[in-house]
Order: sequence, then structure tokens, then C-alpha cells
Amino acid sequence: MFKIIKRQEMAEGTVILNEIEAPLIARKALPGQFVIIKATETGERIPLTMADTDPENGTITIIYMVVGKSTAIFRDLKEGDSYMDVIGPLGAATHLEKVGKVVCVGGGTGVAVLHPIARGLKEIGNDVTSIIGSRNKDLLILENKMKIASTKLHICTDDGSYGHHGFVTEVLKDILEKEDIKMAVAIGPVPMMKAACAVTKEYNVKTLVSLNPIMIDGTGMCGGCRVSVGGETKFACVDGPEFDGHKVNFDELILRLRAYDIEEKKSYDHYCNLQKA
Amino acid sequence: MADKKVKKEKIARQVMPEQEAAVRAKNFEEVPMGQSLETAIIEASRCIQCKKPACVEGCPVGVDIPGFIKLIQEERMSDAISKIWEKNSLPAVCGRVCPQEIQCEGNCIIGKKGEPVAIGNLERFVADYERKKKSADKPKKAAATGKKVAVVGSGPSGLTVASDLILKGHEVTIFEAFHKPGGVLVYGIPEFRLPKEIVFSEVAGLEEIGVNVMCNAVIGRSMTLEELFADGFDAIYLGVGAGLPTFLNIPGENLTGVFSANEYLTRSNLMKAYLFPEYDTPVIKGKNVITLGAGNVAMDSARTALRLGAKTSRIVYRRTMDEVPARGAEVHHAEEEGVKFFFLTSPVKFSGDENGRLTTMTGLKMKLGEPDASGRRRPLPIEGSEFDLECDLAIIAVGAGANPLLTKSTEGLELNKWGYIVADEKNGKTSKKAVWAGGDIVTGSATVILAMGAGRQAADSIHEYLSIGW
Ligand SMILES: Cc1cc2nc3c(=O)[nH]c(=O)nc-3n(C[C@H](O)[C@H](O)[C@H](O)COP(=O)(O)OP(=O)(O)OC[C@H]3O[C@@H](n4cnc5c(N)ncnc54)[C@H](O)[C@@H]3O)c2cc1C
Ligand SMILES: Cc1cc2nc3c(=O)[nH]c(=O)nc-3n(C[C@H](O)[C@H](O)[C@H](O)COP(=O)(O)OP(=O)(O)OC[C@H]3O[C@@H](n4cnc5c(N)ncnc54)[C@H](O)[C@@H]3O)c2cc1C
Ligand code: SF4
Ligand code: SF4
Ligand code: FES
Repeated sequence: MFKIIKRQEMAEGTVILNEIEAPLIARKALPGQFVIIKATETGERIPLTMADTDPENGTITIIYMVVGKSTAIFRDLKEGDSYMDVIGPLGAATHLEKVGKVVCVGGGTGVAVLHPIARGLKEIGNDVTSIIGSRNKDLLILENKMKIASTKLHICTDDGSYGHHGFVTEVLKDILEKEDIKMAVAIGPVPMMKAACAVTKEYNVKTLVSLNPIMIDGTGMCGGCRVSVGGETKFACVDGPEFDGHKVNFDELILRLRAYDIEEKKSYDHYCNLQKA
Repeated sequence: MADKKVKKEKIARQVMPEQEAAVRAKNFEEVPMGQSLETAIIEASRCIQCKKPACVEGCPVGVDIPGFIKLIQEERMSDAISKIWEKNSLPAVCGRVCPQEIQCEGNCIIGKKGEPVAIGNLERFVADYERKKKSADKPKKAAATGKKVAVVGSGPSGLTVASDLILKGHEVTIFEAFHKPGGVLVYGIPEFRLPKEIVFSEVAGLEEIGVNVMCNAVIGRSMTLEELFADGFDAIYLGVGAGLPTFLNIPGENLTGVFSANEYLTRSNLMKAYLFPEYDTPVIKGKNVITLGAGNVAMDSARTALRLGAKTSRIVYRRTMDEVPARGAEVHHAEEEGVKFFFLTSPVKFSGDENGRLTTMTGLKMKLGEPDASGRRRPLPIEGSEFDLECDLAIIAVGAGANPLLTKSTEGLELNKWGYIVADEKNGKTSKKAVWAGGDIVTGSATVILAMGAGRQAADSIHEYLSIGW
């Protein structure tokens, strides 16, 4: 059992942070790696990136958006409750390299995944400009942490309630236009990553993305997480989750993420009804 | 003597009762329902207690078959199970899944003229009987040696090593990547063929005698072999199986609705998607399902699809019935349940709709040419014979490979050109000191009993190492 020692709500309760006791994972995890979490006996195995780790206290931090049944079950766990299974660290770690000027783009809960990478890039001496976005001011997460992890931070909201009024891609284009950016990292909803890659491609700036296909084992055993990268099939759980964004077939990923649309809705409604009853 | 032989042969092989095909094709309960004590004793009486039993030669681990059958004849069930345990620690599993027709039963002398003694059924019977009665004395544990062994992987191979070494007095910890132990026995082989309760009760038995089972431990990621040694383990056994799915590399393979058998079966078995939405993991329930391949894995997939409500479940295979590698019983059961076979057909591509969901598989007719390296006649394509099969679910069950996750993270471990671990055939020693390997990760996909046999040999070798040295 893996105890939740801290729980915090973010973005008006749509995003939850859990700090979990998992000493063996905490001592090994590197930026970019994820865990697979199962809350109950009947639960699903859900992949979540580690937003932070504390090897000394033996804890890891996850930040997730409540989107369906499993994340709703996670949301309903309180401090002191436990997850049944936490498996990791999984996936390849981010290849952190000193290249000079880097731009990091994050959208939605993608910011949680982006944060340790931005921090890592800055720690090894890169000049890190970050752009984070959300639909409105209240949904923005990790602003302060991103400020510390970056040399310069830009904020965008779709409705203009905070920062730049518009999409992260607009600010991204502006920065690429003006500065000598050597590398980009874009993490967020798939359409956002796709759009960001289209922009960086114009400027020929290598861009790292973190993909989130549906997973089960996370060890390369099932092939359910396959994505097309440069025309080749890759398993995101072992070959990734990070890939060269200019080579990723995002359209295929979008379709594959909808594989269980109907079942997920059924499952979520089933849970909500049970909760009401 | 000759007289007696004739008499024995007259008794017909006792048929194990089974669920009706039409009924069982809609549920996940076990197909053969087990035997009564009476019929087991009658079946046992068919064995003529050969002095040089050919059946034993057919069993990869050399179970004393006439020995345990005689004890059934005498109704000494606890002694019968103890006799089997001498060579085989998972008889309830082997009795159900061994390819008996090419192993023990295939060699049985009675089978030369009629039906062989139902060795598998009897083994299963004794094991099930004991699981309920718990009357036999468990094998005794030797005095503690203070040595620690790490077993990586909890499939039949790893479980055998753990069982043997704990009895020899060593401390044993099993590290399993999944959240439940059992390997293919729990994630691959379906409930209707091997109830999971059996596997869990075997593992519980090991825990009772002191084996420590650590799930959620992906060795190579959570911990490396070097770290295990640093943590004080004296020897390591790698029984990680052949957990890498093979795809066909044909167009349309990433459409929604195309699965590896590993994914399909893991969702259905380990994650219990057949109980969705009580269990949270879904699986696509196809109406028209195609399974590619014709081994046990393919039969399990095609039969699972039927149970999940498929209207049609078809097996597409490049060769013919003569080359089908699955157990005889599985093919027979699949046919009875309504699985249709398309032989001499090779998949060419998958097509889908605007939502990226599978709608069609295009196949190509084949004919048999000259024998290939495996001695089987090579299937050759017939030009221009493409045809379409409607399907919304396709399961690829054409074999598995070596998963590189652990081997890539380990230095000094010799692999063959396919990525399998090179291990000494006789004792399982790898190129790395104090590391042994066995089961599917050494041989490629094989059988439960071969994986257990390899485990037994390695356990002997590990014990020798811990007592004497490398
Ligand atoms: C490597 C990786 C890291 C991730 N990190 C984070 C993170 O840090 N924070 C975060 O909020 N989300 C993250 N995700 C996404 C997260 O796993 C999904 O949001 C979650 O699985 C949804 O489950 P659900 O039951 O609540 O919703 P559902 O109703 O089941 O599904 C909602 C959507 O989530 C996707 N999804 C469903 N099941 C899975 C599954 N088993 N694996 C992956 N995706 C699935 C589907 O596309 C679906 O449309 C990550 C995904 C991956 C693969
Ligand atoms: C669907 C299906 C049906 C089959 N039917 C039959 C049958 O009827 N009869 C028969 O004899 N054989 C059958 N087989 C084959 C048989 O199951 C295998 O040969 C046997 O299970 C191999 O045993 P093993 O112990 O080597 O590996 P496995 O059973 O594969 O177990 C390996 C275990 O190691 C774990 N693991 C992998 N990597 C790591 C890691 N890095 N760290 C920790 N743990 C790890 C895996 O999660 C798994 O639990 C079937 C196989 C399948 C897939
Ligand atoms: S272990 Fe398998 S091959 Fe050996 S006797 Fe039992 S069923 Fe037959
Ligand atoms: S070969 Fe057949 S008859 Fe002879 S001992 Fe074995 S099971 Fe009995
Ligand atoms: S999740 Fe199964 S192979 Fe990646």
C-alpha cells in the first residue's frame, strides 16, 4: 500500500496533487519518468508522470486532472488513504543537455509534467524561457514553481483573464522569431503539442514532446501504447514517453486515445451514480 | 500378466464432464468440470503399471506417473499428491495446460491401441482434491542457510525456483512487475481454462512457507541486478518470460481495434475486463473478430472474444490444420464453441473508418510449397487472391519475443541474436556470475512444464552454488 501523505486541490478542484509514500521509486526516479497507479482491487492501471520526487523523505508527487472514473476515484482519496499499487519509475528519463537557449511550452496539466524538465534544463545551465497556458486564470497551475524553474516565464489564457490573451503558440512564435532558440519542449493536450510542433518546425527548432497514449503494463509487454514516430511504431512506455515532436503522428494518437470513448463514459456514469446513491 | 492387460484395456477412458459448448461460449467458467473420486479411481485402474513407463519419458520433468496413479488406485490421495510434488510443484496447473497428447499421454503404451490413460486429468484431480482437503504433509523446510535469493518474474519458472529453494533453507524473494503474481498463468491463460484462484492458492502456499512476494517491482527499472546484489542477495534467477508482442508490420496495424494478444488477454484476464464496469478496465468487444495465428494464445483469444459477445470469431492461419501448434483439446473446444478456421490465409492489411476504427482485414490466399527449415511446408502466396473479411476487432497472436527492458539494463549478460538470454542448458547459468535464467526468456515461448523444468534445474544449481561455489 502506498500512503497519501499530502493532498492539495488546484485549478478549482479539477486538478489534484498527491504526495505519496513510495521510497523505492523516489530513490530512482528521474525527470520525465512516470508511474502506473491502481487505487483499488477492481481499479484500472493509470499512468501519471512524477511531477516531483523527494528521495530523502521517500515520496513522489503526482498531479492529475480529473477526467474520468479512475481519476475521480483518485480524487476521492483523502490524506492518509492509500493507493493499492504504484509501479515505477517507468519510461525513459529526459535526456537533459546544455544547448543554450531553450523554450518550454506547457498546457493544462502538462505543466506538471513540464516542470521537472524545465527545472532540470535550467539546473544544467540552459537559459529557459517558459510559456504556460490554460483556459482561464483559475485553471492555471504551478505558476510559482515554473517561475523558479525558468529564466523567464510567459503566461497565456484563452479568455484573457491573465497574461497574454490567446494560445501559447502565439507567444511561442514570437519568441522563436526574436531569439536564437536551440531546443523546445512542448507538453500538454495533444492538439496543443501538435500545434506547437507545427510552429517550431517552421523555425527548424528540435522539439521534445511527452506522449500520453493509453497504457496497461508500462513495460513494453502489450503494445497498447504504440505511437507512430517517423513512420516507425514505437512503444511510448519504454521508447518514450518523450519523442521528437516533428516526427510524431499526432492524428493517429488522437484517434487511438478515443478507443474507449463509450466505455469510459459508461464507467464514469456508473461511478457517479454509485456515489450519489 | 497378458490376461490382466487385455482386461484393463477394456475399460474406456473416463470422459471428464464439460459445460455444453453453447452455454460455456457465453461464460468464463472453467470448461471441463473436474472428475469424481469414483471416475478417477476407474481411470487410474486403466494404467497397467509398466515396468519401463514410456509415459514418464514423455514428461519433461519426469513425474513418477505409474507411482502416483497406483496411489490413486489405492485411494491414498495425500500420498499421491506427495508423489507428484517430488517432481512437479504445480500439478493443478500442469494437469490443465500441458500438451499431454505430445508428452506423457502421447507416450502411454495403452494409447498404442486405444485411448491413453488420462494422465493430465488424474494429475489435475489429485491436485484439486488436495487443494480442498489439505491433507498431505507439505514438504519439509531445511534448516536456514542465511543465503538470500532473488527470483525475478513470478511465472511458472520463477515459482518453481522459489518453491525449491525455500525448501532448501534459503531466503527467497520474488520480484514481479505486475500487481499480481503468476505470469502468463494469470495475465495470459483465461479463467475458463485455468481458474486464477488455483494460481493464487499456489502462490499463497509459497508465502505460507516463507517466500516473500514483491509485486509492482519492475527489475531493470525499480531496481537493477547490481542493486539487488548490493542489497544482499547472493544469487538471482531470471524468469521474466517472453513478454514482447510481435506485430505483423502491415498497413493499418495501429487502427483502433487491432490488438496484440498480450494486450487483449491482459485486459480480459488480469484486469478482468469481462466484468466491466464492476472492474474499471475496458476492452473492445468485437462483433466480428479475427485472430491471427493458431497456437494456444490464438485459441484463447478467439474463445475469449466469443465469450465477450462476438457474433463471429475466426482464426486466420497461414498454414493448415496439420501445422496448428495449439493443444489438441483447445482446437477441439474452439471448434465446438463455434470458432471458424481460415487456413492458408495471410493478412495483408487492415482498413478502417474515418474515426480510425478497424472495419476490414484484407487476406491473401496461400498454398503449401517445399518444406522449410522447420520441416513444415512453406506457405506461398497465390498472386491476385486478395479478399476482404469484415471485422471490428483483430487480435495478433503470431508469437512473442524477448522483452529487452531487463536485459538492456544489465551489463555482462550474454544474449543470443534474438535477444534471449544465453543460459547453460543443463543448469541455467548465464554469462554473469551468480545469475541464472530459464523459461521463455531463454527458450522463447514454450510451455509451462518446460519453464518449470528449467526452474528446477536452475534451483539445483543455485543450491549447489550457495553451498559450494560457482
Ligand atoms: C506516460 C503518461 C503520463 C501521464 N501523466 C499525466 C499527468 O501527469 N497528469 C494527468 O493529469 N494525466 C496524465 N496522463 C493521462 C492520464 O493517464 C489519463 O488522464 C488517465 O488515464 C485518465 O483515466 P480516467 O479513468 O480518469 O479517465 P477515462 O474516462 O478512462 O479516460 C479519459 C481519457 O484518458 C485517456 N486514458 C484512459 N485510460 C488510460 C490509460 N490506461 N492510460 C493512459 N490514458 C488513458 C483516454 O484517452 C481517455 O479519453 C498521462 C498519461 C501517460 C500515458
Ligand atoms: C495465452 C497463452 C496461453 C498459453 N497456453 C499454454 C498451454 O496451454 N500450455 C502450456 O504448457 N503453455 C502455454 N502457454 C505458454 C506458457 O504459459 C509459457 O511458456 C510459460 O508461462 C513461461 O513461463 P515463464 O515462467 O518463463 O514466464 P511467464 O509466465 O511469462 O512469467 C514471467 C513473469 O515475469 C514478469 N516480468 C517480466 N519482466 C519483469 C521484470 N523486469 N521485473 C519483474 N518481473 C518481470 C512478468 O510480468 C511475468 O509475470 C501459453 C502462453 C500464453 C501467452
Ligand atoms: S507434468 Fe505435464 S507432461 Fe508431466 S505428467 Fe503431468 S501433465 Fe503429463
Ligand atoms: S505408459 Fe500408460 S499404462 Fe504405462 S505406466 Fe504410463 S500411464 Fe500407465
Ligand atoms: S503499455 Fe503495454 S507496451 Fe506500453
